[in-house]
Amino acid sequence: MSALRRLMRDRSAMLGLAIIVALVAVAVFATPLATFPQDVTTYHPPNRLLPPGPKFWFGTDRMGGDIYSRLLFGARITILIAVVATSVAVLIGVPVGLVAGYYTNRVSDLLMRVSDVFLAVPQIVLAIAIAQTLGPAIQNVILALSVTYWPFWARLVYAETRSLRNEVFIEAAVALGASPLRVMALHVLPSIASSVIVRTTIGMGGTILVAAALGFLGLGPPPPTPEWGRMIAESRAFLPQAWWYAAAPGIAILLVVMGFNLLGDGLRDVLDPRLRRGGDAG
Amino acid sequence: MRLIAMIARRCLWMPPTLLGLVLLVFAISHVIPSDPARVMAGENAPPEQVAALREKYGLDRPLPVQFVRYVADVARGNMGISLFTQRPVADDLLARLPATLELALYAIVIAVLAGVPLGVIAALRRNSLLDHVVRVVTVAGLAMAAFWLAILLQLLFSMWLGLTPVQGRIDGWGPDPITGFYTLDAALRGDWATLGQALRYLALPTLTLALPAMATIVRFTRAGVLNVMSSNFVFYQAAMGIPRRRVVWKYILRSALIGTLTQIGLIFGNLIAGAVVVETVFDWPGLGSFAVSSILQSDYNAIMSFTLFIGVVFILVNLMVDVAQAVLDPRGR
Repeated sequence: MSALRRLMRDRSAMLGLAIIVALVAVAVFATPLATFPQDVTTYHPPNRLLPPGPKFWFGTDRMGGDIYSRLLFGARITILIAVVATSVAVLIGVPVGLVAGYYTNRVSDLLMRVSDVFLAVPQIVLAIAIAQTLGPAIQNVILALSVTYWPFWARLVYAETRSLRNEVFIEAAVALGASPLRVMALHVLPSIASSVIVRTTIGMGGTILVAAALGFLGLGPPPPTPEWGRMIAESRAFLPQAWWYAAAPGIAILLVVMGFNLLGDGLRDVLDPRLRRGGDAG
Repeated sequence: MRLIAMIARRCLWMPPTLLGLVLLVFAISHVIPSDPARVMAGENAPPEQVAALREKYGLDRPLPVQFVRYVADVARGNMGISLFTQRPVADDLLARLPATLELALYAIVIAVLAGVPLGVIAALRRNSLLDHVVRVVTVAGLAMAAFWLAILLQLLFSMWLGLTPVQGRIDGWGPDPITGFYTLDAALRGDWATLGQALRYLALPTLTLALPAMATIVRFTRAGVLNVMSSNFVFYQAAMGIPRRRVVWKYILRSALIGTLTQIGLIFGNLIAGAVVVETVFDWPGLGSFAVSSILQSDYNAIMSFTLFIGVVFILVNLMVDVAQAVLDPRGR
């Protein structure tokens, strides 16, 4: 049975995929799906802090904005940050890891030492420092996340490239006269591709959580941007009465991250059972 | 002998890594901003104040000179003066460290004590109802934002049920400090009333930090046990007639614990990351809330020093974990 078929039979992975597809659909069709699309930027103080009801499905926030509609537009922010930050990190980290892993010279050592320094600090701590320096804006969040994430990929690809270097098929390619670039791109890269794909998927979920934390701390896109983490932070002043204000964005984050995690787990089971050593062996 | 060589090699790599970390923090704080003095003084500071700051910290000198001065300062433990408290940042950090340590240690202990057995049982009863529940709950637990979980638990247990205090570390003054750990100090002094109070305040923050860590531990323990259970030597032992329970508790537990140890570095990292937001939600006076209040006040020195401090702690913890792992697991050598 092909890998794709096996993936389609994994119910939790398909659930994860469905959630992600729903997220993208919501982001793309936010305008028609929202009941009050103008609430992303306009304020209606008379409507503030209303509980969920037939008019405002998830209630209203402190500015009177419809939480349901703002949540939908917040999906765009979430996707943008997650996709761009993860892509940049992968696009930088994977080549760095390939080069560092393939060669065994001083440059290779230096690259890994640099990665180690970045990895010495928990990602969010470093991201806070960078975001604080640059100021609260969506591009700064993306920058902070990318800069703190690429070393993870470099290390990962470095380790896998190093272990592959001694494989016979690599030796054969080199013996046949393949240039280093050719070997890295056409021989090493395809072998590590499944590992990269699995971790990218799971990494999207992690990136969303760190981005939400930055938003919660006030380091994300400033108001009135409906970023989910910031919405949760705003809700704190109005608890326990306005419980819907904290619940809705939190559940959104939970569902989205769970979607990426489920899909990632499913991909791992299908593409490379060898990777199970760290996760669900069931 | 090889063990000692390996430890020595790892220790030898620490100073360059530490220096690299200092360089990184220096780059973020002094190189990236177009005007570090203005960033340090804050946006609303008058020009004279900015100029005074620039003079005081030598920010108009060439960058390499600034870096050398920065390294010298850090080596001496001088992390600058907090713009908000006007005290040395190093003092603030050290004063808040015990609170965070107490929280983190209790969280790890709970996560391990609850997580390892749960993971083992889930593996032994694979595909049972318990196993499925455990797997769903851990997946959800790892997908939750830590700050959201904190708010939810606070809403449920403190605000709605009134079982635990909403915020803070203690009501009134803590016990006279010996270690800085409220629970330990109260116990050492026989002050049971304060001990009870301290535990009540600890309950929710610890639980919030422990749950995601527990989810990770359960997953890895379960995977590790399943791995071992299908291995040859366990099969052989069962075939020899050794009672299953003995096999489980002796060999599987050992490999499960080793597996957990390797994850401690990762878990500790998540704990620190979680502590930042959890301490904020529960107003716990530790390093995390210090970082957040520094962010809110744009107290630049404090934020950079916090970053450096956490980085150093992290490097040391990872070194200890690697050494412990090498000592306990001969395969890794």
